[in-house]
Amino acid sequence: MSKELYFTKTHEWVRFIDETTARVGITEFAQGELGDLVFINLPEKGDEVIAGESFADVESVKAVSNVYSPVSGTVRAVNENLLDQPELVNMDAMEAWFIEVENISEKGELLTEEEYMKLIEE
Amino acid sequence: MGTYVPNTRDEQQLMLEAIGLSSMDDLFSTIPKEVRLNASLDIPKGMSEMEVSVKMRKIAGMNKVYDTVFRGCGAYRHYIPAIVKQVTSKEEFITAYTPYQAEISQGILQSIFEYQTMICELTGMQVSNASVYDGATAAAEAVIMSREKSRKKALVSATVNPMTIETIRTYLDGTDMEMAIIPEKDGLTDIEGLMSMLGDDTACVLIQQPNFYGLLEDGDAVGGILAGTDIKYIMSCNPISLGILKTPAEYGADIAVGEGQPLGIGLSFGGPYLGFMAATEKLMRRLPGRIVGETTDSQGRRAFVLTLQAREQHIRREKASSNICSNQALCAMTAAVYLAAMGREGLAQAAKLSMSKAHYLADRLCEIDGYELVYKGEFFNEFVTTVNTDADKVLDILSEHGILGGYPLDGKHKGCLLWCATEVNTREEIDNMVRILKDIK
Amino acid sequence: MKLIFEIGNKNRKLDLMPECDVPVADIDDKYKRKKELRLPNVSETEISRHYTKLSRRSFGVNCGFYPLGSCTMKYNPKINDEMAKLPGFADIHPLQPADTVQGCLKVYKLAEEYLCSITGMDAMDFQPAAGAHGEFTGLKLIWAYHRDRNDTGRDKIIVPDSAHGTNPASAAMAGFSVINIPSTEEGFVDVNALRNAVGEDTAGFMLTNPNTIGLFEEHIHEITSIVHEAGGLTYYDGANLNAIMGIARPGDMGFDVVHLNLHKTFSTPHGGGGPGSGPVGCKKHLIPYLPTPRIVERDGILAFDEKSDKSIGRVKSFYGNFLVVVRALAYMMTLGAEGLKNASENAVLNANYMLHMLKDTFDIPFGNGRCMHEFVISLERLKKEKSVSALDFAKTLLDCGIHPPTMYFPLIVHEALMVEPTETETRETLDEVIAFFKELYERAYNDPDSLHGTPLTTPIGRPDEVGAARNPRLRYYSD
Repeated sequence: MSKELYFTKTHEWVRFIDETTARVGITEFAQGELGDLVFINLPEKGDEVIAGESFADVESVKAVSNVYSPVSGTVRAVNENLLDQPELVNMDAMEAWFIEVENISEKGELLTEEEYMKLIEE
Repeated sequence: MGTYVPNTRDEQQLMLEAIGLSSMDDLFSTIPKEVRLNASLDIPKGMSEMEVSVKMRKIAGMNKVYDTVFRGCGAYRHYIPAIVKQVTSKEEFITAYTPYQAEISQGILQSIFEYQTMICELTGMQVSNASVYDGATAAAEAVIMSREKSRKKALVSATVNPMTIETIRTYLDGTDMEMAIIPEKDGLTDIEGLMSMLGDDTACVLIQQPNFYGLLEDGDAVGGILAGTDIKYIMSCNPISLGILKTPAEYGADIAVGEGQPLGIGLSFGGPYLGFMAATEKLMRRLPGRIVGETTDSQGRRAFVLTLQAREQHIRREKASSNICSNQALCAMTAAVYLAAMGREGLAQAAKLSMSKAHYLADRLCEIDGYELVYKGEFFNEFVTTVNTDADKVLDILSEHGILGGYPLDGKHKGCLLWCATEVNTREEIDNMVRILKDIK
Repeated sequence: MKLIFEIGNKNRKLDLMPECDVPVADIDDKYKRKKELRLPNVSETEISRHYTKLSRRSFGVNCGFYPLGSCTMKYNPKINDEMAKLPGFADIHPLQPADTVQGCLKVYKLAEEYLCSITGMDAMDFQPAAGAHGEFTGLKLIWAYHRDRNDTGRDKIIVPDSAHGTNPASAAMAGFSVINIPSTEEGFVDVNALRNAVGEDTAGFMLTNPNTIGLFEEHIHEITSIVHEAGGLTYYDGANLNAIMGIARPGDMGFDVVHLNLHKTFSTPHGGGGPGSGPVGCKKHLIPYLPTPRIVERDGILAFDEKSDKSIGRVKSFYGNFLVVVRALAYMMTLGAEGLKNASENAVLNANYMLHMLKDTFDIPFGNGRCMHEFVISLERLKKEKSVSALDFAKTLLDCGIHPPTMYFPLIVHEALMVEPTETETRETLDEVIAFFKELYERAYNDPDSLHGTPLTTPIGRPDEVGAARNPRLRYYSD
């Protein structure tokens, strides 16, 4: 597994493209817990995200959950496919990125894959 | 005393014993003594059903039911087809809860789905919610819907019903949105004034069609100005008028709202009424309140459910854009039955009749010295006139004849009356009133 | 079943409108609609049968037991509906002169008097159209009170985590931010957490009592005192008033403002989701902020008074859902002081009876075998052991002709079913339902799969809600 991939305790993943750019999504475990997603509220291009703070929310039929940013930076791109097809997250959570962040100035508490796997086993 | 408790005293005692208690008082032993009520409630002794009926009829008798009404101003007496009252009196509709259990609530869900479709047809919009409290709260919710991160200012025309404006003010007070009033000119929204007020912080523009004075606004001009901008165009409209008048969608509106009371709901001293809300598909997820959607069950049968619920308060809690839980389900059904009964032609007829009677009324009133139309613009079924003497005196005399005259305006129009006619007003009624008015010195 | 748009035939219609007896007026084409209006083309027979079909696919209190927790689905007496249809109430224009609407205003005055007595408040305002609307109005009173005293730093409303979602939503809508505090293991407000949460930024605290678990807050005085000492106000959500009429009053518990749900406690029907009525009551110090207009009495004449410097303003076009208040007044007149108390006593008795009969079979995590007017069952064990969820259990009840209890609320109980039988059910009904519940529980253990595909006897089976939300079809298109 690549060294660029990290996870958070709140079940997001972040894959660094370079030092200051990364893609963010939610984990396979998170999508399984949430069940069938019916809508995803995403930020807009140019919005600032802050490590540890909510930048999006995901809706299932009877619940809504926050998605927290693993890093601080500026939203460079938004995966607009998710707006029409939230089920993409259910199909392959690691591929269905939410946002691409640039100018990353700060990282939150990040876990390696091994650490994250251990966390969800508990 | 009357009661709806079916269990007899003996049965109650047996049930108490079954759970190991000896008296009703024991049931409340967990309530701290200091908050227990030691006295009896200060409410008269209960009554038999017959006594209640007599007493309530006496109270109702203290009100005056006018034979003839020439007053509108947001509440209209239209003809209500007999089928409407019968259908909506069914116990299963009256006593049901919100249709959360879809499997046993298909009737109510389908009725709302049909209502939503009819509201979309009336307004030309793509999506409608299941309704809100009334026209004013629908307008306030629409204004809140239009909020964007950088756009928080609502521009509301001075020609919108003042009660709607006041309600919006209350809703926005204390939030990060604000309201500014677009001035009026000759009884219409001042288009140049509007243009000068538009800015990067403008969230929406709200106009009413026909407006408070009954006049037809230049909705196309507003639509033209707002086209291509991020500013939401909200139009509040009279649903009966939409039988013949241009739809909010044709004007380019993003959100259509209005008071649904004219659609088969009685005057009812102001409530319950019906606030309808419809919007473009783009704004679907911003609509507040309940929405019914069509889907299928496991066997592929057509099914209806409350949908897009994650927008709502019971899930989103403090992040919900509105706190509304209920809709006016029974009133929405009333409107749907009314529209089904009237049909396209019937509704157009009601609209044309209302407009024709109002124009005849205006013509006849203006025959009287001192009565003149205050505004020259085209109107639907309401209009403002001057009065040749004290307006209150005129209204008192009409009242003695069983006629509720025009609404006495305040402020700069003090002394003027806002008149209204609908299909229920006959030529005879109008001629009769004009005769009475001519005799007032 | 077909939609009303799918029946009928082109040009089929009712004959409802007369010929025009005045010259026909016309307007400029630019004001006319071009888009064809596609309404149903049906006869009166078809309308009648269509809605009869719909009524058979609906479930009202008249159809069967309806123990929806927190919703108080009691029987709706018919005399109340009949009174609301009197032309002297139903055909009155809201802008008639005061001297012609003394009866309407008297309805409001009497209802105010009675509801103030029941709640221990000094004034009651009927403008709000529903419970949530009442909450919004009540919270605006709190907001206006602090603002009027130049106490502008108070922008937080504290809410227990067991609260209904409407509470925080209303607070946010009124311009506050929300602080959630946890409940204790026993299901009560955590008094220490509350003490830590209050401060100079506290605008108020919202509570339902009995709370959403169905228990009366034992430290209620301490709770309201903590908030008051911090300079905040206390808000009573009247959702559960049916447990305590004539027994305890929010005013005596230390609450400053309340809202009631006339469609719950006072049996005006729910109407399939409205219209309701959500009057707001308050103590003297909040009266100046009540919405305009207020009903006032001058020289024996009742009238609307529009003037008030400190009012929060108008919250709706016309004052109140009048015909709903007519029904509630008829109900209070029928029951009187004793009858109202008796209603609450029997609501609590019926709930305790059911609880007692079910507690050996079901997990009822709070209350130690006692409750007020409702109680909460947890099916967490069943879910873990047999994969039968509260939803499965509820859906199977539909096949028994019983409306399920409220599901998955409050959020602090897992796999929750909240049962509120109300006072208008007979002992026989309760016994039958108790037997059903137990039977079903046994079946869930012996044959769990048989609960997964239910209901089987209803017009439709479980609908595809995910599909509905992912691809919203919110209207019918004729073409």
